[in-house]
Amino acid sequence: MPRIGVFICHCGINIEKTVDTAKVAEAARSFPGVVFAADYKYMCSDPGQNMILDAIREYNLDRIVVGACSPSLHEPTFQACVAKADLNPYFFEMANLREQVSWVTHDREMATEKAIQAVRMAVAKAGKSEPLASQSLPITKKALVIGGGISGIQAALDIAEAGFPVILVEREPSIGGRMAQLDKTFPTLDCSACILTPKMVEAARNPNITIHTYAEVENVAGFIGNFEVTIRKKARSIDMSKCTGCGVCYEKCPVKVPNKFEEGTGERKAIYVPFPQAVPNKPVIDREVCLHFTKGKCGICAKMCPAEAVVYNQEDEVITEKVGAIIVATGFDLFDTKRYEEYAGGAHPDMITSLQFERLINASGPTQGKLRRPSDGKEPETIVFIQCVGSRDDKMGRPYCSRICCMYTAKQTILVREKFPNARIFVFFMDIRTAGKNYEEFCRRAIEDYNAEYIRGRVSKIYPSGDKLIVEGSDTILGRPVEIAADLVVLAAGAEARADAKDLARMLGIQTDQYNFFSEAHAKLRPVETMTGGIFLAGACQFPRDIPDCVASASASAAKALALFGKPELASLPTVAKVDESRCSGCMACLSVCPYSAVTMEEVKNKSGGIREVARVNPGVCQGCGACAAACNAGVIDLLGYTNEQIACQVDAALL
Amino acid sequence: MKYLYYPGCSPETSALPYDMSAREVAKALGFELEELEDWNCCGATSYISFKDLLASAVTARNLAIAEKAGAENIVAICSACYLGLVKANNITAKDPEWKEKINKALGAAGLEYHGTVKVRHFLEVIVKDIGLDAVREKVTKPLTNITVASYSGCQLSRPYGDIDDEEFPEMMDELMGALGAKVAHFPQKGKCCGGMLMSTVPDVALKLNKNILLCAEENGADCISTCCPLCQMNLEGYQGTINNKFGTRFNVPVLYFTQLMGLAFGIPAEKLGISRNLASCRPVVVKVG
Repeated sequence: MPRIGVFICHCGINIEKTVDTAKVAEAARSFPGVVFAADYKYMCSDPGQNMILDAIREYNLDRIVVGACSPSLHEPTFQACVAKADLNPYFFEMANLREQVSWVTHDREMATEKAIQAVRMAVAKAGKSEPLASQSLPITKKALVIGGGISGIQAALDIAEAGFPVILVEREPSIGGRMAQLDKTFPTLDCSACILTPKMVEAARNPNITIHTYAEVENVAGFIGNFEVTIRKKARSIDMSKCTGCGVCYEKCPVKVPNKFEEGTGERKAIYVPFPQAVPNKPVIDREVCLHFTKGKCGICAKMCPAEAVVYNQEDEVITEKVGAIIVATGFDLFDTKRYEEYAGGAHPDMITSLQFERLINASGPTQGKLRRPSDGKEPETIVFIQCVGSRDDKMGRPYCSRICCMYTAKQTILVREKFPNARIFVFFMDIRTAGKNYEEFCRRAIEDYNAEYIRGRVSKIYPSGDKLIVEGSDTILGRPVEIAADLVVLAAGAEARADAKDLARMLGIQTDQYNFFSEAHAKLRPVETMTGGIFLAGACQFPRDIPDCVASASASAAKALALFGKPELASLPTVAKVDESRCSGCMACLSVCPYSAVTMEEVKNKSGGIREVARVNPGVCQGCGACAAACNAGVIDLLGYTNEQIACQVDAALL
Repeated sequence: MKYLYYPGCSPETSALPYDMSAREVAKALGFELEELEDWNCCGATSYISFKDLLASAVTARNLAIAEKAGAENIVAICSACYLGLVKANNITAKDPEWKEKINKALGAAGLEYHGTVKVRHFLEVIVKDIGLDAVREKVTKPLTNITVASYSGCQLSRPYGDIDDEEFPEMMDELMGALGAKVAHFPQKGKCCGGMLMSTVPDVALKLNKNILLCAEENGADCISTCCPLCQMNLEGYQGTINNKFGTRFNVPVLYFTQLMGLAFGIPAEKLGISRNLASCRPVVVKVG
């Protein structure tokens, strides 16, 4: 008969205010096997843990049940505590009296009753627990970084700097990401390319970093320390070893299409390098528009190439890599401003997004940095910036603040003023949110020194009249309607999750929030980790972030990966599935439901010498999800720590 | 096929051409508009702004009569009537307390409203129930030679946005396209015409109408098409005042969409009340041929 000790935590007043913890402890004393029960204000504190250790010694306890918060928060704490008393950590059982009881009701009587039931179930389960042990697993000390923007580059550099190899995968033809598209950066107005390109080059030169551009991660298998990733390197139609990057191919190419890198403000050829500082600075053929691929004609680039580097029949290359950690740094998309019908769906050429503005004012952009009206090439005299387009708007499904727009709008007003000293610059804002080092000062400078006219209010309508865009809105401070005849309107488009973020999350087995941004394991205390071991988040794929925040989170995620690589080996999960092979019929229902490919079919010998097939679980691969145990028709698979017998006892206790 | 029809006050008087043309168009498309027995004023925007409960009860009286007559739909041609009836419907559906009070008031006249009647705008009935294919079939004189600025105004789609986009309504554009007309790019099509402000704060209303007329003119419209009597009156009747105030020279015909439908169907202009419009519609009639 086990000797069970029960400890009920008040969690300050979190549990105590709705659960009569003394009464729960009192009730626990009558449960079968319980020899000691007590309640205490903070079980997780040192005195609380000492209370458990003392009780184990005094009452010779061999099973411990704590009724407190959720196991995801403090199970490791209490497991370590019982281990100190030389008990197997899996002799510890937790009942969640906070998230599942006290926080979901105000009814003290019912909550107390439910708490008693939860503790009774935990006691029943603990009575049947067996000692479990982990095995040691090797760690592949190599990282995969998905996304080659500033976050991915920074994370890759940090890991490589520490001496570990990194694979950096970028789906565009060049690394650089959003930051490469920007003109100047706030709050210091450094040129974005000037501070980014050295990092791009550094990443390319670092012997520990392998960059795959124009490539996508296609599959991820395995688990922390032991991932196996499949990467598709899309056919570039260029022999990278021969190409010298001379550029004659894209000079001569006759096909012109809108350049995605220029946000449609400029054109590129069918064979192209997205921007002059691209890394690698070697072109790629867009097969959807190239005449050779669409019509079977042309071939000029191949003819002109002095290095004979154009390879039309190149095929996609699929490679697999083993890595120990994955850093997700896939960045963000821009809100589609066309969804605002009151701005005529953004249909007018002189109504541009903030990112198009960056390209139009950028010296390497399509206008060589001369800001002109896209419609007629005239110098704009009146420019209206509209903030919160696709941010803080419930109706658009974007109730969150995109965080970067207030600052980049202030920056853009300064850039305009530097070019056009006499222009009138208006900014419609809801609130100015400039929390950050030297941010508020920067914004004040835009208003006071650069004379941007800030108007608090929303714009209700924009429509063309003559060669102007009429912007109608309200000034909510003066309480008056405003009407401005603008030459150029810049919509501060909010940031949103990548359109395919959900697919990547599914592939990686990580969570997303309601806006499809990737979820961190804990909003405050584990901000760069995901709930899946070995996968970390960096940059704006998690939530809108500016460059300093992206770089900080990238370095943080690199530190997490390095902490993993610093360990000699990993302890495997003890709570894995186990097949009773003597009773397994070999139906293999378990194999089809296992998401981790941990189940294999094995042949075993009968007593009579015959051979039969049975299922076997690889404990190194199994993640303890329990799907196989549930699927097993014969009930011969047990999830250790949650055996069928334990669950049945819990159910019995619940129904008592 | 029959639709229970709520004409409203304007279409009986100042907007008679709207009522005439709507009935003609319905006839041509093979359905009947059966007038609601003993209907009363919808209260428009003014009443509900002062005494909302009372106004809703007065409006709900129409719905109660329609329900009693076993109607599934009640069709309004005026956008203000339409919105007034929709509001009364929404209030009774969402607020049980108000529903009880309204029914107490209706009870005095031996009526009760359960909320089963659906309020429809005539434009929506044509586009969604009858369908543009059926409309196309009836067109004998396609409006190929004219460019229409279709002006939906605000009350058709705001605040609810349930039958057309709140900011950029497109139903009337589709209908005009089906009649063969060229549809002008017309960003002002959902803006308010000022409504009653024309009599209380004319400065505001005149400016709003100037913007709408200017937008139509700049985008090459031969005429403006409306679906609301008040919009029609403001846009058409005040062009002279606007010209005096802003130094403009507007002379834009403003027709009900039903009148344009009638012309395309080959219905004689007099049956559509076209001569009753204030600004001359002659250029449009001539262009249709």
